Amino acid sequence: MGGAQRLAEVFVELADTLIDDFDVVDFLQMLTERAVELLGADAAGLMLADQRGALRLMTATTGRARSLEAFEVQSQEGPCMDCFTTGAPVINVDLATAGSRWPAFTAAAAEQGYGAAHALPLRLRGQVIGSMNLFTDAAVHLSPEDLAVGQSMADIATIGLLQQRSLRDQTVLSEQLQGALASRVLLEQAKGVLAERAGVDVTAAFTMMRTHARRHGLTLTSVATAVIEGALDARELLPA
Amino acid sequence: MATTRTSQILSEVARGDVEDAVLPARLVSLCARALPITGVGLVLMTDAGPAGTVAASDGTASTLEELQFTLGEGPCVDCSGAGRPVLVPSLAVGGAQWPVFTDGALRAGVAAVFAFPLRVGAIRLGVLALYRDATGPLGGPGLAEALAFADAATTVLLHLQVHAPQGGPISVLEDRTEVHQATGMVSVQAGVDLASALLLLRARAYATERPVLELSREVLSRLVRFDAAA
Repeated sequence: MGGAQRLAEVFVELADTLIDDFDVVDFLQMLTERAVELLGADAAGLMLADQRGALRLMTATTGRARSLEAFEVQSQEGPCMDCFTTGAPVINVDLATAGSRWPAFTAAAAEQGYGAAHALPLRLRGQVIGSMNLFTDAAVHLSPEDLAVGQSMADIATIGLLQQRSLRDQTVLSEQLQGALASRVLLEQAKGVLAERAGVDVTAAFTMMRTHARRHGLTLTSVATAVIEGALDARELLPA
Repeated sequence: MATTRTSQILSEVARGDVEDAVLPARLVSLCARALPITGVGLVLMTDAGPAGTVAASDGTASTLEELQFTLGEGPCVDCSGAGRPVLVPSLAVGGAQWPVFTDGALRAGVAAVFAFPLRVGAIRLGVLALYRDATGPLGGPGLAEALAFADAATTVLLHLQVHAPQGGPISVLEDRTEVHQATGMVSVQAGVDLASALLLLRARAYATERPVLELSREVLSRLVRFDAAA
């Protein structure tokens, strides 16, 4: 147990990591390592839902935990799966007595030498985006204070992931805007280039490019680019 | 990016069940009232320069963009290129680096310009251009407020792009279609690339004291040609 001072330090460290363009895998790795340290667990792991809503293993602090979590994803049963499905914490699971609930998972956990498991949801406004999992060798229970700390760390992971997503979304949108602005100008310029080369007006030039694009299954932007670069001769665009 | 003040601005801009199209106009008018300035323009920028005004709180704010598009120079062009604010508390004193722009802006009644870049990472989106009809600095609190408005403007632009039909561009006040078409024709006539062709158009418009759009229409009607120098 780290104490309040250590907890405050960890939160500052995590917040610092979130500032710049951070690597999400590094961030989650650090988060799980700190969770082990602060909560007196022996291992921790983190699973996230992919675009289709299926859980995927993101990180684990030990090879044993990694094997167990990979098994859980594969067999589709266990505390992390239940936590993800219900959005509620699944805590203080004594693995020696959980055989009837998750037969395959408890057998695999015993094989890896774990006595207890806990799963905390990564939640955002009713949506569950993953779960953070803790394992202990002995069948010990976490105190309510430990669980509160664990849930705070799961919340930080959620904020970090969303921030990273929104940075990526912003970049995609900015590129779209730039691309759309450039295409708008490019198309008009290509009309002028073709109008001058073919001795027609810009309306006729546009019709020629559009017909060519449709006939060859090309985008208007790619035809306009070819006209401007001179890769597409005016004669090829004249109506037959 | 989202400071408390930026969030406040955004919630005020989006208050009520408003259409996306009015968000930029609301933002510039709110900005013009919140700061000790006369008017505000929200303009799009590409690597090639000004790409249109999304919203302007008054006609002079539009004129500033028009001048910079025509001339290819000005504080907003520099601001977007360098990716940092360009603060000109007195154009008469500090506008010498853009002599033609400054001349036009002063005649339009602009005494001070404060331009703030709207960027996401290395990608430039546009500029929030503040102007005043009297000289004087923006001041520390004014600067912080302007930066909060610039962040809010970036968010509004990205929001509009989310809802743009078929990923098309955000609509702008000016219609420069004919200028771009004429640029294409001039590039063939003069045997130069498109950027140089636009410069030729601009230069002749300036030399003959006519709007670029008017000259462009004459190029399209084949009343004016730009043949390669003999």
